[in-house]
Amino acid sequence: MNFFFSNTLTASFLLAPLLFVHPAHSETAEEKGLAIAMEADRRDRGFGDYTANMTMILKNKQGKESKRSIRSKTLEVPGDGDKSLSIFDTPRDVKGTAFLTFSRKKGDDEQWLYLPALKRVKRINSRNKSGSFMGSEFAYEDIASQEVEKYTYKHLREEEYRGTPCFVGESYPVDTKNSGYTKRISWVDTAEYRLLKVEFHDRKKSLLKTLTVDGYQQYLGKYWRADSMNMVNHQTGKSTTLLFNDYNFRTGLTDKDFNSTSLKRVR
Amino acid sequence: MSAKLSQKTFFASGSSIIALLLLLSSNAQSFEVDGEISVQGFLFFENGAWSHQENQSVSGAVTVKMYHEIHDTFHLSLEAFYRIDSEDRERSHGDLRLAEALYFTDNWEVSVGLGRVFWGATEFVHLVDIINQTDQVEALDGEEKLGQPMLHLTVPHDWGVFEAFVLPWFRERTFPGVNGRFRTVLPVDTDRAVYESSAGQHHTDLAIRYSTTLGTTDLGLYYFNGTAREPVLLFSHQQTSSPILYPYYEQIGQTGLDLQMAAGEWLLKAEAYYRIGQSRSYAATTFGFEYTLVGIADTMMDLGLIGEYVYDDRDDGWLPTIYENDVMTGLRLAVNDMDDSKILLGVIRDIHSDSTIFAVEASRRLGDSIRVNLDASFFMNINILDPAVSLARDDFIKLEMVWYW
Repeated sequence: MNFFFSNTLTASFLLAPLLFVHPAHSETAEEKGLAIAMEADRRDRGFGDYTANMTMILKNKQGKESKRSIRSKTLEVPGDGDKSLSIFDTPRDVKGTAFLTFSRKKGDDEQWLYLPALKRVKRINSRNKSGSFMGSEFAYEDIASQEVEKYTYKHLREEEYRGTPCFVGESYPVDTKNSGYTKRISWVDTAEYRLLKVEFHDRKKSLLKTLTVDGYQQYLGKYWRADSMNMVNHQTGKSTTLLFNDYNFRTGLTDKDFNSTSLKRVR
Repeated sequence: MSAKLSQKTFFASGSSIIALLLLLSSNAQSFEVDGEISVQGFLFFENGAWSHQENQSVSGAVTVKMYHEIHDTFHLSLEAFYRIDSEDRERSHGDLRLAEALYFTDNWEVSVGLGRVFWGATEFVHLVDIINQTDQVEALDGEEKLGQPMLHLTVPHDWGVFEAFVLPWFRERTFPGVNGRFRTVLPVDTDRAVYESSAGQHHTDLAIRYSTTLGTTDLGLYYFNGTAREPVLLFSHQQTSSPILYPYYEQIGQTGLDLQMAAGEWLLKAEAYYRIGQSRSYAATTFGFEYTLVGIADTMMDLGLIGEYVYDDRDDGWLPTIYENDVMTGLRLAVNDMDDSKILLGVIRDIHSDSTIFAVEASRRLGDSIRVNLDASFFMNINILDPAVSLARDDFIKLEMVWYW
């Protein structure tokens, strides 16, 4: 899963109107929402590729913690969704397990799981997107590359979130049948189009989870990436924190680092 | 004799890579060592069908893995395994699972040494997986494999991946000893293996494979020419000793196919092969589906439903196999908790004879680096003509703890 990183943070979850566009005609809330999502996507274009390390900390209601460490590689694919490779270093019993994902702008993503003990590559049905990713509070659809085309949008309002002016808007999954959500409400800062907070509403339309994103840093003078993301499940009291470090952009990755041959030699 | 000898030769072949690894470990920038230590106990519900078979056994195993990156594109890896079993001398055994050097460029990749290659798609029966020999004493499901000496060339392209294999040395299948459970009616004497090829264990096997992704389908097609991995078991009775079975390894040509396809919410899987050389040509296939119910009953749990079928056209009684016309159904529960708890229930049922195998595999993590596995199998209503009849009294529970270090 391309997860964790890339568009998830910036281009995605977006909704809201463009401040600097003075509407020639009165834009509908839907048009504004879409325009914001597209602008955020545009701003994140051209990063090429990057690698990062992630620590995933699962916490249950009683405060018990469990950690996983994951390395990821992401390749931007012009005209389509990103390709990504995620490799588990811990827990040790799943060390070397890897996920290869080809995100698609239209239709289902493609996904493979590599099991190092058997040297086996298994295709995964990515339509089951509402399932938990490795026991965390993040669903597959949360960590997948957030392509603009996978949601429809509606701008709600502008308001301050932690002192930062934000666009607040709703997005609705196009694949209503398989998504775990009826809607997401997102807070995106008006200056840099960075995602700061998301509320997820489940299929019964009640608040399920809240994601907060912190510690944005800019890379290559253009691309914003967060240092931490925290997902709290309000219905179970469990939470998952993702801590990112060691972002490296334009490392020279190509398509050839994202095929079944390279998947079988991941370390 | 051949087994002992072969093991020596085989360890010798891996030893050069071990030596190289150890040599390099001193000043390596990217040298990793890790592994597993495990303890397992079997409890059988019935007395064995034959004397010398105990109703419980204990064993311990160690796996050491070493990995070294000489260069970004030049890697060495090693995996050595050894088990000691309280009852079965044949199950006390060691193997070099891996001892290979891998070099790759953007356009091709080559590995030399003892390697592991998996081909296949389905969950219950692995029909087309042929490169590595099965380490039969390790696991009844045949998923444990012996390291195979090979030269393996891979050429990935946009239109698919082409692979070629040269396999210069044959690994013999392991079989339980006289005291072991899960054995054939007569014990198999692996020291008396016989080969069709005059080259015996030195026969050089060859394989080529093409695999590609078409839309949402992963497809693999291969041809293998060489020594059959599963021997025919022949009967020997000499006046001086008690009757035994001995393995006879034939020369075969096998064309195989494997396929995985995402179709909407379904995952479809199929394997098939056509084999010539074993006195009569024949075909076998297995295929099925997996469907996952996500977040069942408002929890985080996922429930996978698996249905598969296997058919072997030796079903006409020419050479009976355990999986000749069987339906398999499975339930896979992933709890998605912190400890990665999961349970797999499987039922394999022979359509003609109603012989049924019921299996449970449950597993969870304890803390950060220990996993506990609980497996059980029950052989029910096994028909006297079914080759599985030799397992009829081997219903068991197995408890295993694995420490990953």
